[in-house]
Amino acid sequence: MASYSTNEFKGGLKVMLDGDPCAIVDNEFVKPGKGQAFNRVKLRNLMTGRVWERTFKSGESLEAADVLELDMEYLYNDGEMWHFMKTDGSFEQYAVDKRALGDTEKWLKEQVAYTVTLWNDNPISVSAPNFIELEVTETDPGLKGDTAQGGSKPATLSSGAVVRVPLFINEGEVLKVDTRSGEYVSRA
Amino acid sequence: MASDWQPTAEIATLRERARLLARVRAFFAERDVLEVETPVLGRGGSTDVHLDSLCTEARTPAGRERLWLQTSPEFAMKRLLAAGSGPIFQLARCFRDGETGARHNLEFTMLEWYRPGFSLAALIDETEALVRTLLPGRGACRRHRYRALFRQRLGVDPFTTPLAELRRLAGERGGLDMRDADRDGCLDLLISFAIEPHLGREGIDVVVDYPASQAALARHGVDDEGDAVAARFELYVDGLELANGYDELVDADEQAARFAADNAAREAAGKPAVDVDQRLIAALEAGMPEGSGVALGIDRLIQLALGHRELAEVLAFPASRC
Repeated sequence: MASYSTNEFKGGLKVMLDGDPCAIVDNEFVKPGKGQAFNRVKLRNLMTGRVWERTFKSGESLEAADVLELDMEYLYNDGEMWHFMKTDGSFEQYAVDKRALGDTEKWLKEQVAYTVTLWNDNPISVSAPNFIELEVTETDPGLKGDTAQGGSKPATLSSGAVVRVPLFINEGEVLKVDTRSGEYVSRA
Repeated sequence: MASDWQPTAEIATLRERARLLARVRAFFAERDVLEVETPVLGRGGSTDVHLDSLCTEARTPAGRERLWLQTSPEFAMKRLLAAGSGPIFQLARCFRDGETGARHNLEFTMLEWYRPGFSLAALIDETEALVRTLLPGRGACRRHRYRALFRQRLGVDPFTTPLAELRRLAGERGGLDMRDADRDGCLDLLISFAIEPHLGREGIDVVVDYPASQAALARHGVDDEGDAVAARFELYVDGLELANGYDELVDADEQAARFAADNAAREAAGKPAVDVDQRLIAALEAGMPEGSGVALGIDRLIQLALGHRELAEVLAFPASRC
């Protein structure tokens, strides 16, 4: 496997650290007036999502991580694993476990494309599209005439997520939601 | 990216930059310091173990030759001093491989000047005056001994604390394994991480009396406590190292010995040796007047003067867009 030296480090680069694949978030070159240089590096551990701060002597290198981010369509859950299929026409499928799926579980909808991160060809995480359209399966009845402003209430969506919505929203309506903040955007 | 043909500095900033450079030139004109230009390419390069030079090849009357892009105009300017130039300054384009970041760029402009007959203290005063012309209203200038800063900030003495203790502290501060590091490696980390960020926060801070092992091209001396030090200073504003000055080494034999020691250290570190500038050695043999010289990162000073956070904001095209 290839390796990258500190001066090749840049945001998004995937490297191995302490046995886990990581994505470089930030790389700061630090050097006294005369003397040895160091790189202060922030890395996101792709297995845990945690951000690590590490220092390297300039010129040190880290092994590249065999990490791919692919678009895959969500197919179904078999009770234990969640199944996704590549959208490149290959019909190749991957089974994702609960740990790798993480919080994205509450944003799953069939036939929607998600970004699945593969490490050594195994799924390690799944991220939802920034915006997704989901149906309201449960909420208090809508208030007539309150279409303009004021107040919100919880609504359960078909994927299981619970979001705050305006009072005028009714069960059965389809909403556009921002998956990053978990906030209601509009009626779809 | 489709827009990466554009400069990273605003055109208005480049106008300000030109105005500041004109002020720098006026500063030296008033003091009768001659502006010079020396080659970017040299048959010799910097042997400093912590600097990586770019090199290229060119066809010359001597055939195909390896030439080094200068990491500072120091060698050529010292040859001018030995030739009787008197006080000189230069705004020189310099190149350092691998140095990129918020405060570094692969190529940058160095303001370097030499003052025959000046003590280091006199040159510190002049450097402070130059900095104040671009940063008017800056607070007081304070001088600190290198070892005093370590004692205050870290409770260790860079000269006497056992290496094992420095390694432990450097590893802890940096969050990396420093068990194989040498003394200067530990001190470099500690000053970069734990001391520099606090320097020049109110006014201007000047650090003097560096360990003799970090002398580079400065004379050796002895401090009040009897330890060997380098007759060198660095000047800081807002946590940024702006200038690095020496009471210049003028002894040809000592200079040749330091170049050889540097190349031996490079080899030990697995780095390629750099061709030594034999003409500098010859110039020192012929006799260079004693005096002091300083190199100042003018891009950084302009960045501070204009209130920018990153070097790229005062450069038309940083290395990422060259």
